[in-house]
Amino acid sequence: MKIININKADWNTGLKKTADGYRLIGPVMDQGFYLFKPLESGKVPDMGFTNTRLSAKGIIYPQSQTLFNYSLDPNREDHHLLTEPEDAHQLTVVIGIRPCDAAAFVQVKRNFDAPDYQDPYWLSAYENTVLVGLACDQPGSTCFCTTAGGGPYHEDALDVLLVDEDDQYLARVVSEKGAAFLAKAGWTETADNDLVMKTIATRKEAAENRISSTIKTNNLADAETMAIYDAPFWDDVAFACINCGTCTYLCPTCWCFDIQDETHGMSGQRMRSWDSCMFPLFTLHGSGHNPRGQKVQRVRQRFMHKLKYYVDKYEAGIQCVGCGRCVDQCPVNIDIRKVCELMNNAGKQSVTCAA
Amino acid sequence: MIGYIDKIKQISKQILEDCKVDMVIGFRRGTVPMMNEPCVAKTEDDVDQFVWDGHCGINLANYLMGRKEKIGIVAKGCDTRNIVTHIIENKIDRDQLYIIGVPCKGMIDRRQVNNRFEGVREVIDQGDTVKIIGADFEEKLDKTDLLQSNCATCTHPNPVIHDELVGDPVEVPTDIDQWADVRKIEAMSTEDKWGYFDDLLKECIRCYACRNACPLCYCPTCFVDESTPQWVGKSQDPIDVRTFHFLRAFHCAGRCTDCGACERACPVGINMRVFTQKLEKDCYDLYGWEAGLTTDVRPPLDTYRADDPEEFIK
Amino acid sequence: MENPYLPYPVRIDNIITETEDKNLKTFKFVFLNPEDEAKFDYHAGQFAELSIAGKGEIPIGIASSPTEKGFVMFTVNKVGLVSSHLHAMKEGDIMGIRGPLGNWFPWETLKGKNVVIIGGGFAFTTLRASIIHMLAHRDQFGDITVVYGARTPGMLLYREELAQWEKRDDIDMHITVDSTDDPDWKYNTGFVPTITEQKAPPGDENTYAIICGPPIMIKFTQPVLDKNGYHPENMIMSLENRMKCGIGMCGRCNVGRHFVCKDGPVFTLGQLNRMPKEY
Repeated sequence: MKIININKADWNTGLKKTADGYRLIGPVMDQGFYLFKPLESGKVPDMGFTNTRLSAKGIIYPQSQTLFNYSLDPNREDHHLLTEPEDAHQLTVVIGIRPCDAAAFVQVKRNFDAPDYQDPYWLSAYENTVLVGLACDQPGSTCFCTTAGGGPYHEDALDVLLVDEDDQYLARVVSEKGAAFLAKAGWTETADNDLVMKTIATRKEAAENRISSTIKTNNLADAETMAIYDAPFWDDVAFACINCGTCTYLCPTCWCFDIQDETHGMSGQRMRSWDSCMFPLFTLHGSGHNPRGQKVQRVRQRFMHKLKYYVDKYEAGIQCVGCGRCVDQCPVNIDIRKVCELMNNAGKQSVTCAA
Repeated sequence: MIGYIDKIKQISKQILEDCKVDMVIGFRRGTVPMMNEPCVAKTEDDVDQFVWDGHCGINLANYLMGRKEKIGIVAKGCDTRNIVTHIIENKIDRDQLYIIGVPCKGMIDRRQVNNRFEGVREVIDQGDTVKIIGADFEEKLDKTDLLQSNCATCTHPNPVIHDELVGDPVEVPTDIDQWADVRKIEAMSTEDKWGYFDDLLKECIRCYACRNACPLCYCPTCFVDESTPQWVGKSQDPIDVRTFHFLRAFHCAGRCTDCGACERACPVGINMRVFTQKLEKDCYDLYGWEAGLTTDVRPPLDTYRADDPEEFIK
Repeated sequence: MENPYLPYPVRIDNIITETEDKNLKTFKFVFLNPEDEAKFDYHAGQFAELSIAGKGEIPIGIASSPTEKGFVMFTVNKVGLVSSHLHAMKEGDIMGIRGPLGNWFPWETLKGKNVVIIGGGFAFTTLRASIIHMLAHRDQFGDITVVYGARTPGMLLYREELAQWEKRDDIDMHITVDSTDDPDWKYNTGFVPTITEQKAPPGDENTYAIICGPPIMIKFTQPVLDKNGYHPENMIMSLENRMKCGIGMCGRCNVGRHFVCKDGPVFTLGQLNRMPKEY
């Protein structure tokens, strides 16, 4: 694999050169935490972060977006007809995305790019986005990516992986999209030699060893769904939950959404907005009946979806990349690592009983 | 603090054993620094998990609504004020409760600690000081420098209602201006205020953690969730975001104890307390009212008196 | 790329008030672009999203049969925002239909089999589609039995068609009402489970029941069929859950790993017995 050496002295000028072809997005510190924001006119990404407070999912899948426009004006020929907005998704590059957030796009893509239906909004944004990742040398204390199918140097979901090495970035070129971006920035100095490879390998190992938190998922796939669903621990898990949407909104792999029409005067938009399985309204029937009317049912749904239904449906592991955001930011300390252990053990018990 | 937890466990075990309650709501050790998890104890073994320190910021009154059991509850000053409000508003019956009152020395602001120190692994509340331990450092700070901002200006740290106290009441500070922040905003021009609020709310993701952490927000269907008619849109339109925060604050007027649950819960660090505090200040200025201090007097916003101030009606 | 969220534009061609409480209306829609009708290629048992700009969408079972050409038909109960608005719309108004969505009754499996249709209240819409479909391909099926009940005679859907089917000898009709003071009522009186017990043929491997109705009806009909020898895999149900996208993406209508909108709405009781009861 090709490796490009980017001297940090050339970093800002290189980024600047790409501005006429790419919309640049990168980590920015604001109000005490990091978020991904558009890097307007020469603003540079602040690469000194552990992870952003919100994941990168909103770059591809905004919290609110317009699906269609419509007019209710009877004098217009197209009144009450829905029209698609122009696909204005500019070629975008995300600088400094962590390998976990990038891996999340691969997991979420299974939902939006199904064999029978494809979501044109998500896919268009995804296809027009270049992910220039930043290897994670100082993972947080709640990060568990290495046991969630990824790792701090995981590059499969990226177009470029940057390794921060003193006064340079070693850029592993993962895809054509990534190569094109690097070329546009004028970063062309190849550094494919054994020494560089060894440096990266050493750093990678050190980073992986810094991940202090793990989960076990080995029994989930074989377990009977209902054995986990009916397990006795859910009331205890759910007791503290206040049913806010923090975990789902901060999660890079949560994709559920709502569709609503928002009318202003005679025109409006059919909007799609993030939704959350934590909210009772998510499943409320018109009749008033609610299949997940109780808090414990909603808490169970979130974990069952991520750690069992998804596992069974796609046979590609869990719907979680181990970024630790839900653990860090849950206002009442509900911890997916703990719940995963309970579920994994419940699965084990049921297998033993059946045998 | 150590004394507190022994006493909390002792009382909890006793009332469970005496069948005075079916369960006790308290805290157990969390999985991340500065986060204890609300939990329910039904047996002595469960009680042994209980902890008490400066990381018990969650308002446990939030877990009482609609419960039919007899409940023991570990409650600091603000929690008891919210319990009083629940009793006044018929959300729980005083006879259902056994209140284990905890004189409170304030809760540690975990965001502040995490912002000041990189890679915090453990934070130990030692009473007047706090020990902060990271992978390669250890620091000791005065607790007063690390308190949640609402705790720093708290004027009711002692439980106002309780069946037992786990320690002597703490000294109540008298030299505190609890409305200093509100006054600063009141002094702004209209344009500056508007700009201040816009800036304050710009990162809101409408996860409703503030609402759901708040013991006052117990409406079966919140106005933002009503669909017929729908009062508020679901998108990130700033008007909808503002509407949510402003209206929620108004719904809490004369009821809010400034327990800080909303701010503490917010994943993007919004201090929405400035709205509720302003309304509490107004209630104090207009009616001499502080929420949740007594079950004997109806709150000003659900009573009418001929001499109610009415200057605000223009 | 086809946009699966984009409805086909349609015009309301005809509106019939079905029931005496006026809460149920049947809408016949005609596609504005004739080629869309061919694209809207559906099977009895499927549903579609009815889309009204400015109000939103609602998932509704398709009440017409694919054998009926030139229109699609839906019977809509007035419940929420969209359905209330739809009830106030007029013939000639423009709106949208998105679909067809979901799976359908297992017509391949049902070939050569006896089919018992059991319906209650306004959940008779896709059952109407099914009856029309089966009568149009009558030689493909064994005995066809229908038990359909409503609270009162005035609450029965499709009353003229019911009367016509009563006259036929290739379909065994058992219409019932919970109660009535109409002296001219010539059909059954009694709840659907009771009439099912009395009239439905015994279950065997060649007999399938399709059951759609309010939860209370299903709850009491199921044991009757159990007792009558129906295998859980021969009892076919259609679920409802709150939906938005209709294509298995928005996440809300799941029952376990299955989405009611895409993997359903049609499930056998055997399948449902292995799934969480989240519907």
